[in-house]
Amino acid sequence: MQQSNTYILVFSAVLTIILGGLLSGANQFLKPFQDKQVELDTKKKILGAVMDISTIEDPNAILALYDERISSTVLDINGDVMEKDEKGNALVAEKIDFQKNHKKDIQTRPYPIFMFMNESNKEQVDAYIIPMFGAGLWDWISGFVALESDLNTVKGVAFDHKSETPGLGARITEEGVKARYIGKKIFDEQGTLQSVSMVKGEKGDPLDEHHIDGMSGATLTGKGVNAMLSDYFGYYSKFIEKTRNASAVVAEPVAEPVAEAQEVEVVEENI
Amino acid sequence: MSTETLEQPIVKEPAEPLLSKRRKKFITDPLNDDNPVTIQVLGICSALAVTVKMQPTLVMSVAVVFVIVFSNMIISLIRNLIPSRVRIIVQLAIIATLVTLVSEVLKAYLFDMYKVLGAFVGLIITNCIVMGRLEAFAMANKAYDSVLDGLGSGFGYAWIILAVAFARELFGSGTVFDIPVYDTLYSISGGIIDIQTNGLMVDSIGAFMVLGIIIWVQRTKNGYVEH
Repeated sequence: MQQSNTYILVFSAVLTIILGGLLSGANQFLKPFQDKQVELDTKKKILGAVMDISTIEDPNAILALYDERISSTVLDINGDVMEKDEKGNALVAEKIDFQKNHKKDIQTRPYPIFMFMNESNKEQVDAYIIPMFGAGLWDWISGFVALESDLNTVKGVAFDHKSETPGLGARITEEGVKARYIGKKIFDEQGTLQSVSMVKGEKGDPLDEHHIDGMSGATLTGKGVNAMLSDYFGYYSKFIEKTRNASAVVAEPVAEPVAEAQEVEVVEENI
Repeated sequence: MSTETLEQPIVKEPAEPLLSKRRKKFITDPLNDDNPVTIQVLGICSALAVTVKMQPTLVMSVAVVFVIVFSNMIISLIRNLIPSRVRIIVQLAIIATLVTLVSEVLKAYLFDMYKVLGAFVGLIITNCIVMGRLEAFAMANKAYDSVLDGLGSGFGYAWIILAVAFARELFGSGTVFDIPVYDTLYSISGGIIDIQTNGLMVDSIGAFMVLGIIIWVQRTKNGYVEH
């Protein structure tokens, strides 16, 4: 059956309006649920970098745990606290979209950091969690890397990715791969940033403290992860430096001269 | 355009039973003799891509069945209104809308699955089975028949990809629905049964092989020959 052009135009227009309305309606209705899922997902990943939360089923329990243990702040490239973004709006670390943030200029972009506080002493930081973003083989990869309070030893990592190959690159989200990072150091004995990198291939050999076993068949994803880690440790290096110096200064007035010398030595050994 | 005209001849008949022999065939044919994946070799792309694990495959199956059934129904209901010159784009618009809805719902309620399936749910739009059924069946048949046809094709697709996923997850990861099978066998048998997982199965190549074996077995059994 051959219809007139007018009929086709009217039909298309009506169809477009109906389908468009349906989709925007669904989006409006589902948006709050989706936002909550995204928030929960981010908080789960932040917590996941420092502790095992896989046993907690209740989403509200996870959110409560997050509020209790994590405190966050936003830094600039020099490691100073940044309170407002370029438009003058207050910055909230959890609200920063890491993907959009990654596209901003390195010098001016905000750098959120999450502090995992001690359970009994709420003033003491147990771990620093650094959010990261980078390029995998097919699309973006992101991660949260937790450093012990010495800001050198890796306490844990949590990675995410958009479309790395399942079973190959997508293994960065698996426990077995993530566990390889734990205990590795990001600075060498001279205090130079070395980051932690994945080697090519999967040999299972014992490696030095700056390298971990790679993923067989996913060398390019591994390279992306390596680049992401070394880039972001670099961006946060001023903050890391300042925090470590500050903790050395805090120790000074308390300790006696002799003890102080010892303490400094210990800190240097850790470096 | 190849349209299967399965409409009954003009002879006036009493109301057809809801599941008459003719209608049952809409559902049973695609399950075996006219399977969209193994016989018509459609929808292979997603059959290879999402079948590493059972759980995402199940979600994918449900999504595809939903999209086929509802797009078949909607197209069939408005088939006499659709201008034939723009029918393909109309079909595409309907499919795309349904797929986007599925994707949004997954994002809101099954976020973990949404992350795993992400791109593949969107790719249902290009799944040849869906459009194939719209063009070949729903454009020429009544709504109820189209729904049955959609169910048949959807389940025909679903059982094949679930079978592929079962083999791939079992041999590739040693699990079924993330329940460790190999590890359990290992501990039950006291370390005697120690099977290694096969990395090939996790790769797309594994899907090709499993699918090939399924097609081989099925065609040998049915005596189907490529024309």
